[in-house]
Amino acid sequence: MNDVRQLDFSYFPGCSLATTAAESNRSMMQAARILGLNLIELEDWNCCGSSSAQTMCKNLSLAMAARNLSLAPAGRPLVAMCPRCLHYLRSAQECLKAEVETREALEEKWRRPITTDLEIIHFMEVLARYGLDRLQANARRSLKGMRYVPYYGCTLFRPPRLAKEKYFQGEMENILGALGAQAVPDALSYRCCGSFLSATDPEIVTPLVQEIIASAAAAKADCLVTACAMCQLNLEMRNTSKAKIPIFHFSEILALALGAEDYEEWFIRHLVDPRPVIRKLSRAA
Amino acid sequence: MSIAQPLRHDVVTPYLEKTGKPGLSLAAEVKEQSGTDLFRCYQCRSCGNGCPFVQAMDYTPNQVLRLVQFGMRREVLSCKTIWICVGCHTCSSQCPMSIDIASVMDTLRLMAVEEGVAIGKPNIIDFHEEVLRSLEKYGRAHKLGIMLGYKRQTGRWLKDLDVGLKMLAKRKLDLIPSRVRDVKEITELFQCYWRESA
Repeated sequence: MNDVRQLDFSYFPGCSLATTAAESNRSMMQAARILGLNLIELEDWNCCGSSSAQTMCKNLSLAMAARNLSLAPAGRPLVAMCPRCLHYLRSAQECLKAEVETREALEEKWRRPITTDLEIIHFMEVLARYGLDRLQANARRSLKGMRYVPYYGCTLFRPPRLAKEKYFQGEMENILGALGAQAVPDALSYRCCGSFLSATDPEIVTPLVQEIIASAAAAKADCLVTACAMCQLNLEMRNTSKAKIPIFHFSEILALALGAEDYEEWFIRHLVDPRPVIRKLSRAA
Repeated sequence: MSIAQPLRHDVVTPYLEKTGKPGLSLAAEVKEQSGTDLFRCYQCRSCGNGCPFVQAMDYTPNQVLRLVQFGMRREVLSCKTIWICVGCHTCSSQCPMSIDIASVMDTLRLMAVEEGVAIGKPNIIDFHEEVLRSLEKYGRAHKLGIMLGYKRQTGRWLKDLDVGLKMLAKRKLDLIPSRVRDVKEITELFQCYWRESA
């Protein structure tokens, strides 16, 4: 597939994908490479601000996200994989568009321009826009027979403030469906994973996670596939019931289908052993 | 015979005695800062019924809106609900009147922090402060450091130890933080941060 034009993107990994969810990052980079999508890591990026900055101080939250925008070269879209990072980066951009003085003050502080018309998109949208035919041409393993619950996480499509942006629901099904996997519709796809409460108040989150996992088990799903690394971690970490269902980050399944060979190295980092799903897939093939 | 007068929400309330100047009511203030019209709420309770975390809250989200409308500043700013809300936006997407309730929660949290009221769920603000300490130092979140700092602050060392150890064993908690090179640009931003960092 070297005849396909390489497409360049700036890439914002975010703290989770850079550390705890390194397997999501690694598999995404691999999938992107196979598809000819060149993800160039944003030079010296910082945390998007996260819920914590947003909670404690509005200016700080805006400035943290804005610094990343000031580092992004104009002329190529900025891609994020973490829904929350995407949300904060876009919110900051909206704000800087409206508040010209704030933007100018930050530009002066950093001595860098901030392009407010920079396109900020999610990796899944990159695939939907540029990758569907590339996907078909590069698929090496069939996902046929894999029953998964699509679990986007709340932030990708719900916040109404960004409602005029792309609505992502259905894209995971389009992409994984093209690779042969079957979405299970009747589980709790939209129930929140608990977010930071998983760290502060696990007793609130555990019953919720049980409920989600139980619904997936009842629907006879092999796994859940999520677009958010925090959802991935919470749904495995806070599942104390006997039913153990592996949770995959979307990029892992994608890279697997595209023929990645080092998947054992990512899967070993999972808290719930995902290998039974892989064995099922290889038997079906 | 008296004709019922519609409630006025935008007039002076007794809560601005601090400045001594006439100002906006709490509800009008929240409306302005959150950018959503919470006067439209007719208490259908869709938000409260759909909220995944409502059982851990002291007021349901619709009750929070009511407290704001009534101008009950101290009650609403010191309640647990605003801290338990993680911003999943289930309420906002279910509201038939298109009120962005999660945005109201964001606003109320900021007001609670700025006004220095007693925090309804102190362990959660401890957590956010710990995250900010990490961001101030490295420009990125160092999860192991955050969890250890949080445990030191709350004194609950043994809580959740099994999960923490499992994550360490799976190398999901890096020992060495990932950090920004030009960290000075980050620490400068924390000047607005009014709370002292330990």
